[in-house]
Amino acid sequence: MSSAAEPYVAAFDALTDSGGTPQLAELRRAAFERFAALGFPTTKNEDWHFTSVAPIAEQEFTLLTAPSGAVRHEALAPFLFDASHHVMTFVNGRFEPTLSNIGTLPDGVTLIDLASTWTSAPELAERIGRLTGYQNASFTALNTAFMQDGAVLAIAADVVVDAPIHLLFVTDATAAKGMIHPRNLIVVGRNAKAAVIESYVALSDAMYLTNAVTEVSMADGATLQHYKMQREAARAFHVGTIEVAQARDSHYVSFAFTMGALLSRSNVYTTLDGEGCGATLNGLVMLGDEQHADVQTQIIHAQPNCYSRELYKNVLDNRSHGVFNGKVYVHPIAQKTDGKQTNKTLLLSEGAHMDTKPQLEIFADDVKCTHGATIGQIDATALFYLKSRGVSEGLARQLLTYAFAADVLETIELDAVRESLERMTLERFV
Amino acid sequence: MSLLVIKDLEARVGEKPILKGLNLTVEAGSVHAVMGPNGSGKSTLAQVLAGNPAYEVTGGSVTYDGQDLLAMEPEVRAQQGIFLAFQYPVEIPGVSNAYFLRAAYNEIRKARGEDEVDPLEFADLMEEKLAFVEMDSAMLSRSVNTGFSGGEKKRNEILQMAVLQPKLSILDETDSGLDIDALRIVADGVNKLKRPDSATIVVTHYQRLLNYIVPDFVHVLAHGQILKSGGKDLALELEEKGYDWVTSGADVGAAAGAGA
Repeated sequence: MSSAAEPYVAAFDALTDSGGTPQLAELRRAAFERFAALGFPTTKNEDWHFTSVAPIAEQEFTLLTAPSGAVRHEALAPFLFDASHHVMTFVNGRFEPTLSNIGTLPDGVTLIDLASTWTSAPELAERIGRLTGYQNASFTALNTAFMQDGAVLAIAADVVVDAPIHLLFVTDATAAKGMIHPRNLIVVGRNAKAAVIESYVALSDAMYLTNAVTEVSMADGATLQHYKMQREAARAFHVGTIEVAQARDSHYVSFAFTMGALLSRSNVYTTLDGEGCGATLNGLVMLGDEQHADVQTQIIHAQPNCYSRELYKNVLDNRSHGVFNGKVYVHPIAQKTDGKQTNKTLLLSEGAHMDTKPQLEIFADDVKCTHGATIGQIDATALFYLKSRGVSEGLARQLLTYAFAADVLETIELDAVRESLERMTLERFV
Repeated sequence: MSLLVIKDLEARVGEKPILKGLNLTVEAGSVHAVMGPNGSGKSTLAQVLAGNPAYEVTGGSVTYDGQDLLAMEPEVRAQQGIFLAFQYPVEIPGVSNAYFLRAAYNEIRKARGEDEVDPLEFADLMEEKLAFVEMDSAMLSRSVNTGFSGGEKKRNEILQMAVLQPKLSILDETDSGLDIDALRIVADGVNKLKRPDSATIVVTHYQRLLNYIVPDFVHVLAHGQILKSGGKDLALELEEKGYDWVTSGADVGAAAGAGA
């Protein structure tokens, strides 16, 4: 056993003793063993080359097992986008029905908490862990060992969910030095359509670790818009993995917004495993102070005639550090693949730093795959132009920063989410 | 008191001196044309007056409305009534023309101690100003100058001028790249914006624009100095004879004093 697991053995034993199905116990045990063997990744690991997780490894986080009970409904208002959304709220990692507003979902839609899924919906529970492997993923192994709650969403064939489903993960001051391992499962049936928002937000400035995993399974013709809002507390740690499996003609659209946490890593992985699929992975990262955010995307083109589009933008201020690693694999049979990846960074200060690494591995010969990365500063000519019209230096910089982010924000289809992010972007660098 | 007094102005870009002791005085209510061959320093003069940090002032003084202009930040100059119509208006994708214009208008109002206007009030104001430069309101929702034709960009400059109501307008090669219709619209706009308490400096290489914006004074800028000044007929003379007869043999050391 590596030393990484030692601090967590007691918590693990307590968790497995506290009940659960034999199936879950087995899942946990295997995952914890794997985590113990892997330990936390180091910068010698190519996938973690620019991100040291030593600040996480050095901590001994307490496993949070119960919601706080102290969170008031009004406190959630700043994080809700629109009253029409179906909101499922988790406090310190545990489902909190009294703070949720799931409302009426269409027939054919199941939305339940993971903790009760093991007994109430075993057919869904047994899909947990099918999509995401943890053999080489320490944090996913750790999540699988310690997962307690999260959302399980299943949408039957041909069902269109009009209003977005918002999974709101909140921490409060009682989460200090704690860790939560949210685990979500989203199953979108044939020709079904939905929008899901995953939010990770904080009501305090506590230091804690969120280590989330979301598995998404998309049947033929399914469409999912998937938003991730990472607005963790300023001293918090966030590691999150979204792993998607796409069947024929399915369309997955992801938008990942990263603004919080001292140190974060966000993975979005999708496999286009049927013809005629589309994947759009967009994101905006806005950092300041000493923040560090690492984004890794992976698009596996496993079948012909699919497209993927990727646009990630970073706005980095102060001494913040951004990392982007965009992997695109095109299998030998995946002819006519059409892929485009773009990563653009705006550095607002001398001390800000960006590492960007496109990584394309193409084994088919009839494909169109492009990638581009730029890193730049605020354009002095544009700044002078605005100032020459009477606009103050501060407002001019704010406008130009906003303008940099505008095109990726414009891709957001949900008006309420887009407008909210536009406001946050405009106000972030005042 | 003169609106603008430039004395022995020296400026450079990088290590290269461009303005070498330039003198010019502009009174309120007058239109001055600054003409000169390419590379004479015309655009540098315009940029220096607007406060572009890419140009370094190494000597001389500029007094605007009794104040030391060179000590002011570009935005303060604009708030005090200076407006530069750019030769190459800058494209700013992602910021709508309407938002930009209202932000600028409000910053200038704020500086004057006036209340800011809300989007609705501003829309009313814009309706009138758009007609002024024969622009469609659709231009307001587009990003600043982004994808605009050359003529649209120049008209957008005059639209900004109409909104901001400057006291000293500097038009830097505003005629370049314009067809005759666009030139007429732009010139009409500038003429209609003239007030007894405002002045205009028209920087141009060719006499063409001066058929539409008739100057009270014409100055020839060459070798970083004003070498000759005269009335509007000087422009015609330059058109006919070229610049050589003024610039060749000019004693660069002795700047010809110029002004109204």
